[in-house]
This record gives sequence, C-alpha cells and structure tokens, in this order.
Amino acid sequence: MHPVRKQRLYLVLFLVVFSSAAIGLVAYALRGNINLFFSPADVAAGKAPVGQALRVGGMVVDGSVQRSDDSLVVRFEITDFQSTVPVVYEGILPDLFGEGQGAVASGELDALGVLQASEVLAKHDENYMPPEVADALEKSGFDHKGNAQ
Amino acid sequence: MWTFFHKLGSPPWLYGISGSILRWLLPLTLLALATGLVWGLLFTAPDFRQGNSYRIIYIHVPAAVVALAGYYVMALAGAINLIWKMKMADVAMRSAAPIGAALTFIALVTGAIWGKPTWGTWWVWDARITSMLILLFLYLGVIALYEAFDNKEAAGKACAVLSLVGMVNIPIIYKSVDWWYSLHQPASIKFTGESSIDPSMLYPLLLMIGAFYALFTCCLLMNMRAELLSREARTNWVRKLALSGGRD
Repeated sequence: MHPVRKQRLYLVLFLVVFSSAAIGLVAYALRGNINLFFSPADVAAGKAPVGQALRVGGMVVDGSVQRSDDSLVVRFEITDFQSTVPVVYEGILPDLFGEGQGAVASGELDALGVLQASEVLAKHDENYMPPEVADALEKSGFDHKGNAQ
Repeated sequence: MWTFFHKLGSPPWLYGISGSILRWLLPLTLLALATGLVWGLLFTAPDFRQGNSYRIIYIHVPAAVVALAGYYVMALAGAINLIWKMKMADVAMRSAAPIGAALTFIALVTGAIWGKPTWGTWWVWDARITSMLILLFLYLGVIALYEAFDNKEAAGKACAVLSLVGMVNIPIIYKSVDWWYSLHQPASIKFTGESSIDPSMLYPLLLMIGAFYALFTCCLLMNMRAELLSREARTNWVRKLALSGGRD
C-alpha cells in the first residue's frame, strides 16, 4: 500500500479506537444512570434514593397482587429473588401485567420502604410462541422458558 | 481484483452495473417483502402472551437491524473515501445516510406503537431507545453536515470523520439490553444456540430481515445512480445517456 494511504489508514483506525475508548469510558462512568430501574436488591442495599422519583423493576411475586374492591388501588410486590419491594399503585395496569411477569414501577419510596407508584409498566421476556406451544409445554411440566416446573 | 476495484471508481461503469443489478434485485425485493408481510401478518399464530400485537415485530425488527447495518455501510464508505480518496465511496456514504435515517425513524415509530399496548407507554428513556434516538441524530447530522459545505471534498471528509466517530454507538445499541437494565428484553434471535422465538414465527421474520437488507441495497443503488447523474451532469457519458433516452 502507498505510504500516504497507509498513514491515512492508521489515522482512521486511531480515530475509531480512541473515540470508542472515550465514549466507552463515559458510558462506564455513567453506568448507574443508564440503568432504567433499580433492582429490589439495590433498594434493600440502600442504593436507591428515598423520597425521590425512581423506578424499581423485577418480577411480580406470585399471589401478591391485591386489588381494592371499590377503587383502582393495586398492591403487589416486585422481586429479583433476593429482595422484595412492596408497591402501591392507583390506576390502570397494562394488559401484559400479571403475577410471575416482569414489571417496572416508577414512583417514590416512602419511609416504610413501600414504593408509591405513579406509573407501572409491563416488561415481557424474549420468548415468542403460539398459544398451543405454550399450552403443550405447560402440560408436559415446563414453563415457557423451557425450565422444569 | 484490483481491476474490479478500479472499475468501481468509474462512474459510467458503476451506473451501468447498478442498473443491471437493480433490474433483477428490485422485483425480487418487492416479492420477498410482500411474501414476508403476508406470511407474518396473516399466516403465523398469535403470541401466547401478546396476542396479535406482536406482529409489528415483522416491521420493527428488520427496520432496526438494517438501520444498524446501514450505519456500518456508511462509515465504511466514509473510511474508504478518507484513505483512498475514492469519489464513488463518497457517493455511497452520502446516499446511505437518508435511507438509514428513514429506517431508524421507522424503527422508533413502530417501537412506540408496539410499546403502548405491551409495556403501557409510548416512550421511555431506556438504554436501547435512547441510543436508537442518538443513531437517528447521527444520520441526520451526517446529512446536515454534508449540506453545510459548499466544497464537496471537504464535506465528504467531515462526514466520514463524523460517521466513524459515531460508529461506537452501534455495538452500544446492540448490547444495551445485556449491559444495562432496560425495558427491552434480551435478543430473541440467537446466532449460537436455539432462538427463543418459535420457528413458525422466526422464518417469516428472517425473510423480512433479508428483504429489508435487499430493500436497503436497492435504495442505496438508486440513490447512488441519481447522485452520480447530478454530479456528472456535464460529462459526455451522461449527455450520451440523456440523448439515448436513458437506456444504458
């Protein structure tokens, strides 16, 4: 290769490598802020701010959803299988919200450690399948991720 | 090998070969798009959890995948222009930017439409959506920067540097769901191991991804041909082409 072109090639590689390194370091330094939500373990460890807007995400604990009879108030618990955060929310839940499913609640932690949520989002996993396949898996004793139940 | 590389640098040759590629690639692309859409929207089962709303995956995922791949095409063309000062690479870079911007926009809009019924929100600042928005701004930035210069050579250089610096965003978008907590789920299509999307839903999706790659190629070639004609408007081969009624 012509020496001038070789020099330009090195310049281009230098540009790509160093800009990647710079942006990589920035992303690494800001990694806590890039996360959309805190896990319940973070909340238990005191990493989440009290009295400030935040999001907590995880699985809705099976059997924890309690709906009020005369209002839209819902109570449930979010877990990451290490810690659990109780959530209170008043409003309409997304269709995909359900026990054993992922959810992200945003609101404020009160003094008792209960998340007073102003918004609840449903999170779904990466598994897509027809209902019959899900039923067949269920019948043979596996959940939709292929784990034995 | 090198004669091919040198031929690529010749506008009339590139115009001719792209015309003959388009003649069969364009109908094939439209056929694949139509087949994939009908297959995905009408002949696949609904998802066990999301029902019919998951079908937007057949537009959303291909548009997003090709928007990322298109950025590599644009940045690579920019690098070739920087190193070898190849005019055709500059044409390719300039032609790729608006197509990439359009695909990114489609991915963002279909994502918002999909997000409302499934997650419960149109928009959330999660890592993947935010980095996709940055991708849109990078594409728009390249277009705007190119137009801001009167001197096309300086414009090509500046845009090549911008697109090379922005390239770091692509692996960030791709890995964002694994590196950070986000509302997006991890990838369903896996290169190693079994994909977590049922084969009956996967095949039309793969067809649509292939069709979008082909669509990108067609749009890129058509854009490049238009750009070539406008750049070479005063040359003999374009004059001859115009006099012969556009047949090459």
